[in-house]
Amino acid sequence: MSGVAAGSATAGAARGAKSQGRPAGFLRVSEPVRAYWPFAAPAVVVVTAVIAFPWLFTLWMSLQEWRVGSARSFVGFSNYARLLSDPRLVDALWHTLVYTALAVILPLLFGLVAALAFHRRFPLRGLVRGIFILPMMATPVAIALIWTMMFHPQLGVLNYLLSLAGIPPQAWVFDPRTVIPSLVLVETWHWTPLVMLIVLGGLAALPTEPYESALIDGATRWQTFRYLTLPMIAPFLMVAAIIRTIDALKAFDIIYAITQGGPGTASETINIYLYSVAFAYYDIGYGSAIAVVFFALIVALSLVLLHLRQRTKWIEAGAAA
Amino acid sequence: MFDNSLSRRDFLAGTSAAAAIGLAGFPAHAAADWKKFKGQKLEASLVKGPRAEILQKFEKEFQELTGITVGSEQIPEQQARQKHVIELTSGKPSFDVIQLSYHVQKRQFDRAGWLANVTPMMKDASLTDPTLTESDFSPAGLAYAKDDKGNMRSLPSSVDYWVVYWNKDLFAKKGIKYPDTFEEMVKAAEALTDAKEGVYGFTARGLKNANVPVWSSFLLGYGGNFLDAKGNLLTDSPEAIEAARLYQRLLTKSAPPGTAGFNWYECQAAFLQGKAAMWLDGIGFAPPLEDPTKSRVVGKVGYGVMPKGPKARASAVFGDGMAIPAASKNPGPAYLYCQWAVSKLMGARLLQSGGGVPFRYSILNDPETQKGVTMPKEWLTAVIESAKISKLGLPVVVPVTEFRDIIGIGLTNTLSGGDPAAEMKKATEQFKPILEKSEKA
Repeated sequence: MSGVAAGSATAGAARGAKSQGRPAGFLRVSEPVRAYWPFAAPAVVVVTAVIAFPWLFTLWMSLQEWRVGSARSFVGFSNYARLLSDPRLVDALWHTLVYTALAVILPLLFGLVAALAFHRRFPLRGLVRGIFILPMMATPVAIALIWTMMFHPQLGVLNYLLSLAGIPPQAWVFDPRTVIPSLVLVETWHWTPLVMLIVLGGLAALPTEPYESALIDGATRWQTFRYLTLPMIAPFLMVAAIIRTIDALKAFDIIYAITQGGPGTASETINIYLYSVAFAYYDIGYGSAIAVVFFALIVALSLVLLHLRQRTKWIEAGAAA
Repeated sequence: MFDNSLSRRDFLAGTSAAAAIGLAGFPAHAAADWKKFKGQKLEASLVKGPRAEILQKFEKEFQELTGITVGSEQIPEQQARQKHVIELTSGKPSFDVIQLSYHVQKRQFDRAGWLANVTPMMKDASLTDPTLTESDFSPAGLAYAKDDKGNMRSLPSSVDYWVVYWNKDLFAKKGIKYPDTFEEMVKAAEALTDAKEGVYGFTARGLKNANVPVWSSFLLGYGGNFLDAKGNLLTDSPEAIEAARLYQRLLTKSAPPGTAGFNWYECQAAFLQGKAAMWLDGIGFAPPLEDPTKSRVVGKVGYGVMPKGPKARASAVFGDGMAIPAASKNPGPAYLYCQWAVSKLMGARLLQSGGGVPFRYSILNDPETQKGVTMPKEWLTAVIESAKISKLGLPVVVPVTEFRDIIGIGLTNTLSGGDPAAEMKKATEQFKPILEKSEKA
């Protein structure tokens, strides 16, 4: 759209310049704009069709009372007002935050430890590293089904392993109190390798001079890690944190396949609730309102993370200066 | 796997004979003209499961019989339901036949007017085999298939009765008989529970939504119902609360740990391994229990009719039907397909394989068909006896999924100590405005 406007403005300016006898060089500045906009148009059309239109349509739907199979009517912001008094949504929001926090922190922690371990040289390192990243390559739903069997309180292998260590059997995903940590266990197993790969890349790029200086100054291994390695790989950890946060917020497949949000609503995140409202209850208007609010939350959280990422860069730059 | 004691030739011969002697509820007709739509095409959207598998397996026979080309696909239940609703809403569905899940979709589809009226086609002698009459379907099937005006909007194909699977070995070890009443069931479940040995007296669904039919089975026994004649909710009635109390007691005192997260799959796994003495669920889950490659309890399974409650003995019933979208451009071929799908031949195959139970009496009560049943005789007896005491296992309302979710959450909460009365009242209050809004729409 802006390309079209710019193009016509350029043409207008060209006509005006000719009539006023301005130098030809003045016109050439705008030529590329006129030449380029047809190339940008397909992208503009695609973005409008697949991003802008659905987004505006969702906004419009959120202002309707619309159940599939029934008549639609405009209800203003009443779907948004309903959000505030929906206890299930509040619970879902809380579950999403807890799930996201755990599903970001634990893979970051274990991924960092794994990266530090795999950064050292030891026999068969390549092979072990290859095996370590295997979970990341598996299909989430297939993983979910296997873990569901492993979690079975009576027949699952996890309780068998616990029994070997003399630990009483657990109900895992079958108990409201342990369901979220158990799901996070699957998420951590699945995505720790990704964090490990990102951090490992960072470790490989670190300069050796600061470590030599630290060695000469008599720094301990902990001090070297705390004051050299950690600050230098912080930007990589931040990238991993952003990717993991986005992934954890949009997590659906594993939760749906293992618990469908249960027991009760103990593991119902906003995504799962949104799915139920829109595709099981067919309450399109209310589902759209949830989607709009959830989108706003994700954007807000992403901005915070991006800000933190910028700060990490600044500290890095400051340290370098 | 299938006992083909009935062949296509028998089927055609039988239907012609029936036509000749006028067995139908309608006046006697000549046999239907199965070739009427020869050369045409139709698309069938089926729900993944044994019923759809049988239809696809014998699809060629239908094509030979009618000269109609069939394109069919099986989609998992949840996805199929979404696909059907979305495409029917669009007004241009890609299918001419759908396998309808009555207990979830009936009211919604009726209200939206998405299904073609098949009553006129049933009365058309050139289209309908004379043996296919309304009176041949069980009352539950007809209740599901008919709209408010009494028009048939689908042909009932298969029904799922809720029964109690019981492990005869575990019962014999404790010298306990199969319970005849709810009270005996509770006592037996508690006596059969031996947590140290990992054996539990009772297992059933605890997962929200999936668990509602368990409670419904008890509710019907207490003489309760979901709605009164005016459509008011009865889910916080004394009967509903007692049913929730029984649900809580059975699933907390004599069920395996983690029951709150169990769907049918986990229950079946426990029963297959001989770790559960009783399992309350649909009869359709029986075949793996008699499969030596999957089960440790082959030959030891009892198929019990639902024990009697304080007021009634009732088996909760759920079902499927074959329907034609009102927007279909091929209603004629689609109707022939639906008719074939619920025919005696196909129904017999379904029953004989244990994959489902037809709604039609002429199939269920046919001695020849019964002879070919591969499941134990006790299974067939449970089917026939359950048919006599069957009642709808869910209310016929549009927001049935919300009903199942909201009541189901209340029931799951009782498993972690929630008070059944408080949970049922809370769930009822929560669902009330949703139902009112839906009925007004």
